[in-house]
Amino acid sequence: MKVAVSSTGPDLDSQIDPRFGRCSYFIIINPEDMAFEVYPNENASLGGGAGIQSAQFVASKGAQVVITGNCGPKAMKALEAAGIKVISNQTGTVREAIEQFKEGRLEPASGPGGP
Amino acid sequence: MKGMIISVASGKGGTGKTTIATNLAVPLSEKAQLLDCDVEQPNAHLFLNPTFTHSVKVTVPVPHVDEKKCNLCGKCAEICQFKAIVVIGKSVLTFPDMCHSCGGCVEVCPEKAITERGREVGLIERGYADGLDFVHGRLRVGEAMSPPLIKKLRTYQDTSKATIIDAPPGTSCPVIAAMKGTDFVLLVTEPTPFGLYDLKLAAGAVRILGIPCGIIINRSDLGDNRVKEFADEEGIPVLLEIPFDRRIAEIYSRGELIVEVMPEWKERFLGLYESITRIANRD
Repeated sequence: MKVAVSSTGPDLDSQIDPRFGRCSYFIIINPEDMAFEVYPNENASLGGGAGIQSAQFVASKGAQVVITGNCGPKAMKALEAAGIKVISNQTGTVREAIEQFKEGRLEPASGPGGP
Repeated sequence: MKGMIISVASGKGGTGKTTIATNLAVPLSEKAQLLDCDVEQPNAHLFLNPTFTHSVKVTVPVPHVDEKKCNLCGKCAEICQFKAIVVIGKSVLTFPDMCHSCGGCVEVCPEKAITERGREVGLIERGYADGLDFVHGRLRVGEAMSPPLIKKLRTYQDTSKATIIDAPPGTSCPVIAAMKGTDFVLLVTEPTPFGLYDLKLAAGAVRILGIPCGIIINRSDLGDNRVKEFADEEGIPVLLEIPFDRRIAEIYSRGELIVEVMPEWKERFLGLYESITRIANRD
């Protein structure tokens, strides 16, 4: 199982980036052993379509779950098509979010947030 | 003789584009046509009260994918510069509001799985106001892209008449769509720091398009002298100044035209049209 978290920094103690498509980094984590990979988000400065591209990116990395602050309607549609669950409205550090996720305390979003 | 096409533009909003466009067009009456290309907020009709006799929906082509034929090769997504079509997981998704209708995805699809369907972007209405041919566009509420509607609106140009185009404010794509290919641009500004700043941007855009232009200073007795200094430096003629006059503001607020209530202004606007014709023919 792989979880993609939108992050403001390149490590587990960084704060979650409130933006999905235009976050600074994607951290792809295996919650079982906390092994992770860090990817600077190259879509952050796109004129448009950043959410869609970011959804494609995390799908290509094999993520099955996304944890983020806000996920807009286009990114949500793309993530749904890829069969990826989205957990939004999250704050705090990446590590805290993964701990809560492991404890089963995070619920998938019922729909997209603002674009 | 081919009629002149004059676009009325401004960097800053609210400087008086519609005031100029309507008061310039009305005295020319049946010899002119007015196209309100400010399709996000068309308002020239409020001053002209035309009777609309023609109304047509405008659509743009967007891709429709036959999932039965699609093999998820991703060539469509590769060519799309706007991420309007993507292959993700086991499906191909389209985002019609991001599509710029280039048709690239249709061309490159090896399975011929993509066809084009119309997406409504707005409405064009045409009618007459006392002999003046009037056409405007109304962008669909929520629609992000106005240039396709503006370009369609421009196809209504009647070359036998003087065409006055009321452009949207700013200097981005919608403005370029309204100004491009016109014979002359009237830049309407006001003598304030905001007016000057945005005038410089607009004049820069006009220069790139290579269209002769002139400046109109509205509320000309306010603010400072820097717009005139800029005009001098750039060699752009100031063709008309409209003072900050309470009577003019009242006329506007009642939805009337200055040229109809204050006859001396009819002469001034006819003179403005002559100046433009002279400059455009010289260049």
